[in-house]
Amino acid sequence: MDRAALRTRLSEIVGPDGLLDDPDELLVYEYDASDEVFAGYHRPDFTVLPQTAEQVSAVVRLANEVGLPVIPRGAGTGLAGGALALRGGILIVLTRMNRILEVNERDGYAIVEPGVINLELSTALQPRGYFFAPDPASQRACTVGGNVGNNSGGPHCLKYGVTTNHILGLEVVLPDGERIWTGGPVPETPGVDLTGVLVGSEGTLGIVTKVMVRLTRLPEAVSVLLAAFPDIETASHATSAIIAAGILPAALEMMDHLTIKAVEDAFHAGYPREAGAVLLVELDGLQEIVADNTQRVAELCRQHSAWEVRVARTKEERDLLWLGRKSAFGAMGRLAPNYYLVDTTVPRTKLPATMRRVEELSREYRLPIANVFHAGDGNLHPLVLFDRHRPGEVERVLECTTEILRYCVDVGGTLSGEHGIGFEKRDYMTLVFTTEDLCAMAGLKRSFDPRELFNPEKVLPTGFRCGEVAVLRQQALAQRFGLEYV
Amino acid sequence: MVAVPESTRVRGFSGRDAPSFDLIRKCVHCGFCLPSCPTYRITWRERSSPRGRIWLMKSVAEGRLDLLDPVFAEEMQLCLNCRACEAVCPSGVHYGQILETSRAQLVQHRPQSLRERLYRMLGFRILLGDMHRFRTANKLLRWYQRSPLRTLVRRSGILRVLGLEHAEAMLPTIPARFVVPDGRFFPAENERRGRVALFTGCVMSTAYAHVHEATIRVLTRNGFDVVLVSGQQCCGALHVHSGELEQGRELARRNIEALESPYLDAVIVNAAGCGAMLKEYPQLLQLDHSYSERARAFAVKVRDVLEFLVERGLTAQPGALPWSVTYQEPCHLAHAQRITQQPRVLLRAIPQLRIVEMAESALCCGSAGIYNLLQPDMASALLERKLDNALATGAEVIVSANPGCMLQLEAGLRARGLRVPVLHLIEVLDRAYTAATVPAARALPVAAE
Ligand SMILES: Cc1cc2nc3c(=O)[nH]c(=O)nc-3n(C[C@H](O)[C@H](O)[C@H](O)COP(=O)(O)OP(=O)(O)OC[C@H]3O[C@@H](n4cnc5c(N)ncnc54)[C@H](O)[C@@H]3O)c2cc1C
Ligand code: SF4
Ligand code: SF4
Repeated sequence: MDRAALRTRLSEIVGPDGLLDDPDELLVYEYDASDEVFAGYHRPDFTVLPQTAEQVSAVVRLANEVGLPVIPRGAGTGLAGGALALRGGILIVLTRMNRILEVNERDGYAIVEPGVINLELSTALQPRGYFFAPDPASQRACTVGGNVGNNSGGPHCLKYGVTTNHILGLEVVLPDGERIWTGGPVPETPGVDLTGVLVGSEGTLGIVTKVMVRLTRLPEAVSVLLAAFPDIETASHATSAIIAAGILPAALEMMDHLTIKAVEDAFHAGYPREAGAVLLVELDGLQEIVADNTQRVAELCRQHSAWEVRVARTKEERDLLWLGRKSAFGAMGRLAPNYYLVDTTVPRTKLPATMRRVEELSREYRLPIANVFHAGDGNLHPLVLFDRHRPGEVERVLECTTEILRYCVDVGGTLSGEHGIGFEKRDYMTLVFTTEDLCAMAGLKRSFDPRELFNPEKVLPTGFRCGEVAVLRQQALAQRFGLEYV
Repeated sequence: MVAVPESTRVRGFSGRDAPSFDLIRKCVHCGFCLPSCPTYRITWRERSSPRGRIWLMKSVAEGRLDLLDPVFAEEMQLCLNCRACEAVCPSGVHYGQILETSRAQLVQHRPQSLRERLYRMLGFRILLGDMHRFRTANKLLRWYQRSPLRTLVRRSGILRVLGLEHAEAMLPTIPARFVVPDGRFFPAENERRGRVALFTGCVMSTAYAHVHEATIRVLTRNGFDVVLVSGQQCCGALHVHSGELEQGRELARRNIEALESPYLDAVIVNAAGCGAMLKEYPQLLQLDHSYSERARAFAVKVRDVLEFLVERGLTAQPGALPWSVTYQEPCHLAHAQRITQQPRVLLRAIPQLRIVEMAESALCCGSAGIYNLLQPDMASALLERKLDNALATGAEVIVSANPGCMLQLEAGLRARGLRVPVLHLIEVLDRAYTAATVPAARALPVAAE
């Protein structure tokens, strides 16, 4: 089928208004929120904006017929190039499918379309006393479909868990165009847990067209507390002390000096500029317990050298403190034209040592590194700042970030992947997974998508394409049994 | 190397007023601004989003997209310049500035049709270039609106031929009395706290003269002398937003000359669009060495009237108004000047007034200067959405703080056959002051004709 014929067929499915095919208007789909220095520019052949699951399924069938790749995309806020058309093909943008279809309070679920914006779902549920718990910092923009794709986390995951803990079921269009439902309102369903497999698969196994999300009750009381420390080390000790005291905050976030500076410039959130590090602690639950725990946390912070502890009194004050944290990545544009985000998790006790290593590497590679992280669960986000137009910097950034990751893995950490592995971070997978692990993943991918048309080139590192899996498995076996593979 | 023929060479930005690449590059394409953008929320297309538009600008700057590419031109025009994106951008992208300079590039390098050139000349140079002429034209308009000629013209179909049908329907009714900057002085009542100049502007001084009168009353009641300094011109916002930066600069210089004075504590503006422009004179004139310093000194004195009243505090106690109102945020107040709390503080200062917040209060109503004339489809989609949100509150009065928004809302309500009054916030405050002594003022206002 030639391009013109394909164009007509697509237009018949999604309507002329739902199809973009002028190369110049496709220019704006060659990026997502990842840095183009690493992710590159990848323009799809077509972009469609379907409005129903039937349309999605028809587009997928057509793509199969002509052998073109299919790439699902939400708001394009992923940080790893997950929504980019690496091999061209049809980009399916789900933002027009943005209705909340059903809210069932009795059974504790809502059914929504994938394009619903994360924060707007929580806002809509609020009058009924519920919210959608996963709250990535990008929540004002990212979609529930994208959250499912990346199994996103956020500050509140410390207490509430990541996206997968809040998805009860999915309607998915599989790579052959078939539409199925997985899971359901009851927590335990027999058979293979397909929902679990699909959440976090970054659009490589299917396109989510409806999501059954769990409703979480809004807590009776919330308090947010900001503590300023002389450095990251003392703030880390305070973190450990809070957890050791048996308090489980809803969120426990840390920001270093560089980050504080950037967000203060952006929003005047009221963070003390001189602080070496701040902790942002949110406590929620029953009124009395929250009040009590707020006192205890404040006391623990002071015991660990916090020179200022501030408690937000009103909702506006709380929102302002959170605004600073949630805008931290975006505010990096104020410090440098480019940043590279490393996303890794280390055991909490290893936090101070890891931060010292990050600081060393920052000096060694002459690159400023800002740090924002979910201190409560040891999830680090070092942001390496650079300017792509300065010669040699990009290479230094790559070396530096690999060093950071290597150190994290050495102390027992892992890649976190909450922002997606996508295309851009997939080669780091070999740092964390064995060949066998990766072969198992590739096998799963092959059984869903034998023709490799669904979001190709993502998640699995180069060399783990389906065709090569058999060879790699042999290699792995050979390696394990000490044989030579020929 | 193969020579590129002239006709296929990509034209980048060039000449005067090119968008700064450093400003464009500040966008890290995080996507935070997407849901705040009215044109994105209607289309859900990336090209009609702030991030998409900035990427298009960047592509032109990098020589990957032609300046005259239709996608680029269309998107620069479909943008409302409402700056909702700028207000939420963590990275500090000065969107308004790169949009206005992108438009200036199009004005410079794109061939304009005769009709477009004619309209630009008529509108920007002749009408808005001189406020005497503007007010004379408004008098003519008043005469036209009251004469049988109007019915004749409307029936003749000539408006359709000229493409002015929509524009004619949007025109506000011109009152008999204007507020002209003629040097008049209104002394403070009660204890004197300072002296301010009122920026009179274009339509505010004619169609909305009553809002100026209310502003003067509220300011004098609260202890401020008000002067109508002569020699002021149009603020130039419409010019700058349309890429006519040079004409904007001319007006800016004349306003600075007229209004810079050590004897003034503040220059008070009651039109959000004008206020945002006056505050941005330093940036507009940054390369003009004889004016850049004066522009800075001038701009620090500019205050929106609502901002000013909250900053200095009300000394006179407003009377009670038993109305329910909903507040529509003008983009250039909320996003360009970041004034969102003060209007609500003032409304809350009025006893018995019930404020019902509407959904999406900060989403543009589609007026955006002369946007509603240039992009009627997008403008009316946004207007209908705004009216739905406003009416869903059940409020008896819609309150705003910018003439463009008020015109747009009034036209929309008229088209729906509804008689819900639209008031400037300062009018509500003025009525509350009257109501303190004249109980009749507590009655609900009637909608404008
Ligand atoms: C400033 C900033 C801060 C961030 N903070 C966080 C954070 O705190 N925590 C976090 O987890 N992430 C964070 N992210 C990353 C990102 O925003 C999230 O991972 C988000 O969930 C992505 O949603 P999206 O709608 O933008 O998806 P996209 O970026 O469009 O897509 C993400 C992936 O999901 C796939 N996908 C999208 N929709 C579907 C669908 N309907 N069906 C199947 N697959 C689909 C895509 O193919 C892609 O692989 C941040 C990003 C930015 C820019
Ligand atoms: S919020 Fe700012 S940095 Fe982020 S995409 Fe929008 S303009 Fe760019
Ligand atoms: S100025 Fe308004 S319309 Fe234009 S891109 Fe920004 S938010 Fe969208």
